[in-house]
Amino acid sequence: MSAFLTVIRRDLLLAMRRKNEMLTALFFFVIVVSLFPLGIGPEPQLLKKVAPGVLWVAALLASMLSLNRMFATDYADGTLEQLTLSASPLGLLVAGKIAAHWLTSGLPLVLLAPVLGLQFDLGGEALAVLVAALLLGTPLLSLIGAIGAALTLGVRGGGVLLSLLVLPLYIPALIFGAGAVEAHVAGLAFAGHLSLLAALLVLAIFFAPWATTAALRIALE
Amino acid sequence: MNNRLIKWFKYASPQSFYPLAGRMIPWFWALAAVFGVIGLWISFFVAPTDAVQGEGYRIIFLHVPASWMSMFIYLVMAGWAGLGLALNTRLSGMMAQALAPTGALMAFISLWTGAFWGKPMWGTWWVWDARLTSELILFFLYIGFIALQAAIDDARRADKAGAILALVGVVNVPIIYFSVKWWNTLHQGASVSLMKSPSMAQTMLWGMLVMALCFWMYSIAVALMRVRAIILERETQTEWVRELPEVKS
Repeated sequence: MSAFLTVIRRDLLLAMRRKNEMLTALFFFVIVVSLFPLGIGPEPQLLKKVAPGVLWVAALLASMLSLNRMFATDYADGTLEQLTLSASPLGLLVAGKIAAHWLTSGLPLVLLAPVLGLQFDLGGEALAVLVAALLLGTPLLSLIGAIGAALTLGVRGGGVLLSLLVLPLYIPALIFGAGAVEAHVAGLAFAGHLSLLAALLVLAIFFAPWATTAALRIALE
Repeated sequence: MNNRLIKWFKYASPQSFYPLAGRMIPWFWALAAVFGVIGLWISFFVAPTDAVQGEGYRIIFLHVPASWMSMFIYLVMAGWAGLGLALNTRLSGMMAQALAPTGALMAFISLWTGAFWGKPMWGTWWVWDARLTSELILFFLYIGFIALQAAIDDARRADKAGAILALVGVVNVPIIYFSVKWWNTLHQGASVSLMKSPSMAQTMLWGMLVMALCFWMYSIAVALMRVRAIILERETQTEWVRELPEVKS
């Protein structure tokens, strides 16, 4: 457990020393979301209807941006090899790295999303549902993305390839995440969506670090 | 027991599988041709004209087998991938790599013929129906697999990385299918449903099954041809490849 926390602390410290990477992804999120009203027109009704989808798709893309840095720098300077040699199980360390990735790329999106939701005329309760859905969904994105990041480690054209691999796997998160908010806006029950999202998250917490570890071992062979 | 085990693994080595595949290919091509002729004959001359959909419905004789094969090939591919990871056999990865383009082709044919069918029947090329959408996502998964394998230079690493991706994909396919299905019913978008199609005539079902067999045999034949090419490509340096008559000449 202490190894898990140490990895999180280390990755957070590294992220803090390179704040611009984190902020770039965050501003990317803000800009993409702000582009949509300009593209589809300012009618409040329409914007309210597309808001959940727009926010979610933007969040998917923004969390993609930082994915290929999840292991790349550690791979380049040899830290990753040291991690695989350490006494603690690699799966735990990888889980720590994924958690750190979520804290630096997922959590800021969750905190920023309600502010952007206001631009789309979402009500207070809808914003709460949006935050809850993103809280459940963004860790899922980090977990699935980690598999893709490990698979494309040190591969030609890794960044673009990563999005090709990972985006189709993000679809369930997108559907249930955006669906929860849409259901709330439409006056329907939204708890089912959140439950499914949570179920996916539990599955991913169990399987993703394991698959990521296998992929990392292959990359380091 | 020990003896049987050795026999079982004999064809796991590319060297002994290469000639075996070469001997099997003509048979599968022949079967594909026979089933294809019978299937096309049933679908064009025997199957009656549909009362509701007219002659245009005949495209399902291509569409349905292609959809079946696209899903089935992904399962087989993931099976080979899992086998390759578990037993560390070289041939398994090559089989998975050989199957992927055929699977992608099947998914593409399925989408394309579906669009041709949808235009006269539904009046639109595309609806966001659960099946169409998940077929499209399956196509994306195939493309991702092919792209990942193509991007990694080291063949063994490409096999293993592809295997993990295929296994992750195969876990995800049912999740994606059901999520798209529920998304679709919540949106009530598509007014047409494939589920409510009238029950099929017996001959139509037969035509479809025979065509599916044809597609199946074709897929095996093509995958074997491709795996032979992959074996030659990867084993260029070995003695036995250099000794092959087709390489020598």
